[in-house]
Amino acid sequence: MVEHGDIRVVHRGGSKINFREPVITHDSRYLLCASGECVKVFSTSTEECIHDLRGHTGLVTGVLLKPSNHLQVYSCSADGTVRLWDYTDGILIKTYVIGCPVYSICASANHEGVIFIVTPMLSDKRSDLFQLVAVDLPQSGDQLVEARELSAVLSDVSSNPAAIVFGRGGEYIASANGLHLEVYFFKKQKSYRFSLKEDNKKGGKNTVTCVACHPKDDCIATGHEDGKIRLWRNFNHKKEYTYSTLHWHHSAVSSLCFTPEGTNLLSGGMESVLVQWRYNQESERDFLPRLGSAITHITVSPDGALFCTSHSDNKITIIQSCVKVSAVIQGLVKGESVRTDMMVDPRSKSLVLNGKPGHLQFYSLPRDKLLYNLDIVQQEYIHESGLEQFEVVKAAFDASGSWLATVEERKQKDAELELNLKLWAFDEQTQSFVLNTTISAPHEARITAMCFCHATDSQTTMLVSTSKDGHFKAWQLGAPAHTEADEGPSWSCDFVGAYHGLVPECCCFSADGSLLAVSFQEVVTVWSPASWELLTTLSQPPKAVRDLCFGRLSCSKYLLGTTANNLLCCWNLLTCSLEWSTSMDISLLLADPLTENMAAFCCQAGSTDLFVFKPSEPRPVFSQKAVCSGKVTRAVFAPREEMLESCEESSQWLNHSQLYFLTPYMDLMTFTTKAEEDRLMASSKQLVIDDSVAMTPFYLLLGKHRQQEDADPLSGLSAERRPLPQCSVAIKELLQTPAHVLPSTSFLCSMFVQSLLISVTNGREETKHVEEEMESEKEEEDSEGEMESSTQRPEQASLGGQAAPALTKAQLRELKRVKKLDHSWFPGLLHS
Amino acid sequence: MASFKPTKVQVYPKLGEKVTQDTLYWKNYKAPVQIKEFGAITNIDFSPVAPHNFAVTAFTRIHIYGPFSQEPVKTFTRFKDTAYCGRFRSDGQLLVAGCEDSVVRLFDVSGKVALRMFKGHTKAVHITDFTSDRYQILTGSDDYTCRLWDIPNATELNTYQEHTDYIRCGVTSKLNRDLFITGSYDHTLKLFDARADKSVMTMDHGQPVESLLLYPSEGLLVSAGGRHVKVWDLLKGGQPLVSLKNHHKTVTCLCLSSSGHRLLSASLDRHVKVYNTTNYKVVHNFDYAASILSLALAPDDESIVVGMTNSILSIKHRKSLDESKEISGQQRRQPSYRVFVKGKNYVPKQDDYLVSKPVKQHLAKYDKQLKKFNVSKALDTALETWTRLRKPEITVAVIKELDRRGTLKNALAGRDEQGLARLLNFLIGNVVDPRFAPVLVTAAEMILDIYQSVIGQSSVVDRQLLRLQELLEREIDYQQDLLEVLGMLDTMFASSLPRKEVPSLDFFNVSVSYDIIDSLLTCQPWSNGKM
Repeated sequence: MVEHGDIRVVHRGGSKINFREPVITHDSRYLLCASGECVKVFSTSTEECIHDLRGHTGLVTGVLLKPSNHLQVYSCSADGTVRLWDYTDGILIKTYVIGCPVYSICASANHEGVIFIVTPMLSDKRSDLFQLVAVDLPQSGDQLVEARELSAVLSDVSSNPAAIVFGRGGEYIASANGLHLEVYFFKKQKSYRFSLKEDNKKGGKNTVTCVACHPKDDCIATGHEDGKIRLWRNFNHKKEYTYSTLHWHHSAVSSLCFTPEGTNLLSGGMESVLVQWRYNQESERDFLPRLGSAITHITVSPDGALFCTSHSDNKITIIQSCVKVSAVIQGLVKGESVRTDMMVDPRSKSLVLNGKPGHLQFYSLPRDKLLYNLDIVQQEYIHESGLEQFEVVKAAFDASGSWLATVEERKQKDAELELNLKLWAFDEQTQSFVLNTTISAPHEARITAMCFCHATDSQTTMLVSTSKDGHFKAWQLGAPAHTEADEGPSWSCDFVGAYHGLVPECCCFSADGSLLAVSFQEVVTVWSPASWELLTTLSQPPKAVRDLCFGRLSCSKYLLGTTANNLLCCWNLLTCSLEWSTSMDISLLLADPLTENMAAFCCQAGSTDLFVFKPSEPRPVFSQKAVCSGKVTRAVFAPREEMLESCEESSQWLNHSQLYFLTPYMDLMTFTTKAEEDRLMASSKQLVIDDSVAMTPFYLLLGKHRQQEDADPLSGLSAERRPLPQCSVAIKELLQTPAHVLPSTSFLCSMFVQSLLISVTNGREETKHVEEEMESEKEEEDSEGEMESSTQRPEQASLGGQAAPALTKAQLRELKRVKKLDHSWFPGLLHS
Repeated sequence: MASFKPTKVQVYPKLGEKVTQDTLYWKNYKAPVQIKEFGAITNIDFSPVAPHNFAVTAFTRIHIYGPFSQEPVKTFTRFKDTAYCGRFRSDGQLLVAGCEDSVVRLFDVSGKVALRMFKGHTKAVHITDFTSDRYQILTGSDDYTCRLWDIPNATELNTYQEHTDYIRCGVTSKLNRDLFITGSYDHTLKLFDARADKSVMTMDHGQPVESLLLYPSEGLLVSAGGRHVKVWDLLKGGQPLVSLKNHHKTVTCLCLSSSGHRLLSASLDRHVKVYNTTNYKVVHNFDYAASILSLALAPDDESIVVGMTNSILSIKHRKSLDESKEISGQQRRQPSYRVFVKGKNYVPKQDDYLVSKPVKQHLAKYDKQLKKFNVSKALDTALETWTRLRKPEITVAVIKELDRRGTLKNALAGRDEQGLARLLNFLIGNVVDPRFAPVLVTAAEMILDIYQSVIGQSSVVDRQLLRLQELLEREIDYQQDLLEVLGMLDTMFASSLPRKEVPSLDFFNVSVSYDIIDSLLTCQPWSNGKM
């Protein structure tokens, strides 16, 4: 086996951004959220990621603005550290080592230098008990500080960060766990505990899911499992507490939040509706429905201008307080499983897989950004648990990317399977896919595989689908059947094939489209799509074929298949015989569309190995043991935008395309070489994103235009002001003096030109003199003011407000003289 | 925030007739102009010269109408009895007509008095025509004779006495001055040559012949009699080519479209059928109010003129090109439309600042209720009479959507007798429709589950349930029959297929299932085009 030290498996893109609630900075310009092992800083206006705050070695479990400094932020992590960052520059300021995993963090302005964190109970061996601990942050200049002064505040708290919150400027802290609400008053050092019954009479569940405290009032809001919200008051007495109940949500309230002034209470849950309750007028509500998917967290910016909701589909929505969505930050949507294969859109070169329910997501791999979601099902999504919805289960692109075929299915318990095959045409004008044909019930049972004919030169496009009903069908784009002018070509069934009533499992077209291989359990049938003749059958008893793949380019005479009894077989289509076979438990076999290479993911002893090989060569091109744990079932070769120039034998297979795969834990991984990583690092350093507006081509165009517009109406004077800010005083003088009192232009010209010629050398020591001058000048001006008060004021203001005097003494004097001259002749003119 | 996605109503392929080029062509006529004549209209003839006036023979008069006039431009009234068969000469200047009183009259189109009177027949003359040299007249009479007359000196040239019954139709050849064909109630067609004394060809139609038509090439002859239309090949000695039987009453008149590609036949069964002359399939059909006696097409098919037994003349004019477009676009314009579009098509000027208004999403009534989760109301809306009867697919789509939301049971429950009866009515009407069956069967099951406790309380509902049961039993029998047929066909196909050896590694043989049979006999996937 070859040694492959330089090829590494790396995480690529698609990190989770909805794990913990995001934080909006005080100026509402940035949004910070925990994402895997780093904290991401997004711009709220452009939705771009500005920095990654990297440094943690474990999962980041909380982000919190430092109450005493608005430009710094704490983050806590499961690696047992709390770090303090400057988020504008993305610099790590301090690291506090706590020593045990931190699950959430909170702080209040009332408690200077103390943060409150949730850690597992150290004394107790059971790990599912947590305590709230106050940590005194030591004041020291070092980067790395040990913070060992821990004092327990509350024990038996929930690890859910939404269940612990400070109330009324930090006077008390409220914590909910299960059916209990505990309020701890710092001044009295006393805690009150309120309990609810487990179930009420109507079967509602009273488990508390989240807590929020009113910022001005003594009021705690708790959200419950059954969708109720309780507002607790008078809780500083053990017995005389009261609560009122609000009920709109039909399932658990996942997040609650008061606006900073306390006028509104925001709540959200599974329904994906943001509900805005008026405080003290709870019958009035505002709704923001159809936010896409279940709301997991709600936060409000400190000035109350922006709300922001995180959703279960890895999305953060930024909402203006007038209940209008202003921005959406969308990460790669990861469901529990990918039912469609991973695919690469031949046009946009983006990764395509199913994301939101009923949608296909197009994810740009190089930019690590979700491009768009294509609505396949086109039905109103009902947010209700336990409801069977239409799911996109299969999708396929044709070779040029102008057609997309999707299959959606919905299976109710005792009803018939509902299947729809949809064909989408790429529309050049709108640059998206437009529905062309819907075929309802294309097969009688579940569709097992679907593929397009990938021959680029063929006249007609053909799609083949195989189904559990024992048939495979070929679909073809036909000419319009009717004479109606507006109807374009649509798809219809061309051929139905079957083989002894066996169930077809997979199908594959050869690279030139002249052969179609369909596997019927243990038999592989080879058909000619031109005449629909069965050319030959190949079989390798006794187990069902799992995957089929034609070789490409020079290996196009080979057909490869994997069987359930751990065999990888390679048939030669010229001799119709088995060329070679090997025993391997292959979970996934796929061919690189650009080269002869094939990748086989092989499951062995709980981890997956990767082999890359050419069908014609006995030795694998590349192999790596234990790529990841578990079984890899989804992978794709993504063509590179520019080819790599690697000459090393082991990494040559990565030159044309890159191999991405999904681990069982839904992490997107890829293979890179050392050289490529270095290049990527270099390019990312060059990339500095303007935080205000993204440097899109559109901005460049518009920005340039705007600059021109700015320059046009003003004369050359103002244009020159930009490069020479030092001469601003003189120019202000010139501009603010009314034109009719100015001397002739020829007189001013020389002085003006001189002012432009100021060099940098007349440096600091002169400024002192200038200041002295100014004092004296002011006196002079005052005396003048008696004579001429009307024209005086602007000059005085401009001189008084002079911040960086940079004129030379001589010039100022000259200016003075001009003014004097000016003023002396002007009254004379008036009197005469 | 995404907007509400309305319920998707499945578009099913139309089960009715397909829209073909012919349909479009023959539908492209305006509403007919109807003129009341004095009696049954027996003949209509277009003048061969522009402006293509046409002569309408009805009772004792012949009216000549201009192409667009609704009043006759000229009237010939000098008939003692019922006039027959007013026909123009090929130069459009002379008109000949027979009469019940056996006298044949020749008129100048501009004059009033008959120029010549041809006397010699002893009974009513039903057929008159000019020969192609324009100097002779062919007449056919109820006295079983047909005669040739010389126009200048009004003398009889020849008499043929071969038919044994009334002669009611005849045509002269447009290419040869000597040839003419007559059809008679003795079931025969006879081709005469004026140079010979006897008929040169005889064909047997089988029924009394009512109308004759020669193709422009004169190689083919079309005859109509009884319910049959027959095409004869004259060049093969009068061999029958096709026999068409598309009418259910006597065919009275034949006509050829100007291009010669379509043949029209009119019948007493009040229909005009249009045939394709290459395969003689009916491509279009017109309905009229009464039995049709005469039919004529203007040159270039500019108008279709039909004369009926109830003495009404119906003239349909072809729509002009821009007119036909306008009509289709204007269909939805209602009086209040102008109020709605006010300012919508205003083109902003250069310096105008455009204040954009969000486009309001229009939702159907049931969608509005679905949006508010008012499931019962949504179902009620979808079950309104008009929707239920005209667009059952909408009702079915709403039921399907409710089922998808898991709230169909709630929507179906809690109905009174009237509501339940309406629901059951809809089920009875549509549950066996293969397009709707999968959805409606679920709904029917739910209804039975919900309302089984109230069975027996209302006679209306009980009756409907019994009807539903009957319907389902019939449907099951029907499906069983179909399956049997399918099985028979399968065996037939299997035995008729040549057994083909396939180079295979195993010893199985190939079976290919035939999609055609499947689609004939089972519910076929409904694929539809652009949505």
